[in-house]
Amino acid sequence: MSASLEELNPFYLDVLKEIGNIGVGNAVTSLAQMLSKKINMDVPEAGILDIQDVITLIGGEEDVIVCVQQLLGGDNPAILLFVLNEESAMRLSDLILGRERGATTSIGEVEESLLKEVGNILSGSILNALSEMTGLVFKPSVPAFAYDMLGAVLSSALIEGGYYSEKVLVVETRFFEAAAEIKGYFFILPQKEVVEKILSALGVVNQ
Amino acid sequence: MCVEESNLDVKEYKVGIAQWKTTEAPNKLITLGLGSCVGVALYDPSSKIGGLCHIMLPDSTQFKRNENLGKFADTAIPIVYEEMIGMGARKKGLIAKIAGGAQMFTSADSKVIGNIGKRNVDKTIEVLKKMGIRLVAKDVGGNHGRTMIFDTCDGSVFLRILGKKMKKL
Repeated sequence: MSASLEELNPFYLDVLKEIGNIGVGNAVTSLAQMLSKKINMDVPEAGILDIQDVITLIGGEEDVIVCVQQLLGGDNPAILLFVLNEESAMRLSDLILGRERGATTSIGEVEESLLKEVGNILSGSILNALSEMTGLVFKPSVPAFAYDMLGAVLSSALIEGGYYSEKVLVVETRFFEAAAEIKGYFFILPQKEVVEKILSALGVVNQ
Repeated sequence: MCVEESNLDVKEYKVGIAQWKTTEAPNKLITLGLGSCVGVALYDPSSKIGGLCHIMLPDSTQFKRNENLGKFADTAIPIVYEEMIGMGARKKGLIAKIAGGAQMFTSADSKVIGNIGKRNVDKTIEVLKKMGIRLVAKDVGGNHGRTMIFDTCDGSVFLRILGKKMKKL
């Protein structure tokens, strides 16, 4: 398979969705344990989207969000993003820091390091599942953090992560806590060569 | 003229990532949530024609397939310029205001963070200089996003920044 990303057929996209399902499923289990709350997730979506459309998936360009970004380096480049709206980030901080509900009213240094660590643990869960399935090794960077307008954060997450095309392959999964106080997204954005390796590791395509 | 005409329909055009748009008074051009990207507003005060582009990357020559010329500083700015001249803008007196080029992410590992925002700003300034367009105002760098609202009535550019008062360029 040496075709361009645009030519990924629906079957391959289904395989990526299933990988997202297992990987993010693992992360959601970790999150549920961390919070002692039931966390639900939607079936992942996989597709090749414009950066603008990735933003629209989450909300308006000026919505305030928190994003933990991890770049996967080495032979298997990809970006992992953990995105929460501002409210959810504050509720998550309440829960983990054992504060009263509503006690967190801003995202400061403490909340930032907390959310980075949560992102780190969750991406670890995703990557463990991916490694087990494919035998591939993923090397995540230390987490980077942003708290600002959705449009500014997401576009920069991709461009600063070396995604220079306006079209990106996205595996997107929405998760939400049962009482809907915490809602967020996981994004897995694998570079083309990683997709090829994953598909061939699973025996879906021959190299 | 714009004040008296305030009852007229003022159109607001949204300029997305790697897009551009030209228009004339009394319309507004808006680009939302600039991070490392740079918004470039060009304006001819005499004809009140304006153009805005939202560039993602500095340099098109580093890429083989440059399908979208709105993406790069070195290609988008000339396109906006040509369109404005075609609409009747005069080259002499053309001014530019730019915003964006932030570094949105912070990390303990500085290697992880790119300097793409700064490169976008540097290239934008270089292109404007080369084209002989006077850069009259800029709000660039830092680590916050910016929304740009460009009013072609008088060429003013307003910036919306999270947690701050509206800033005028």
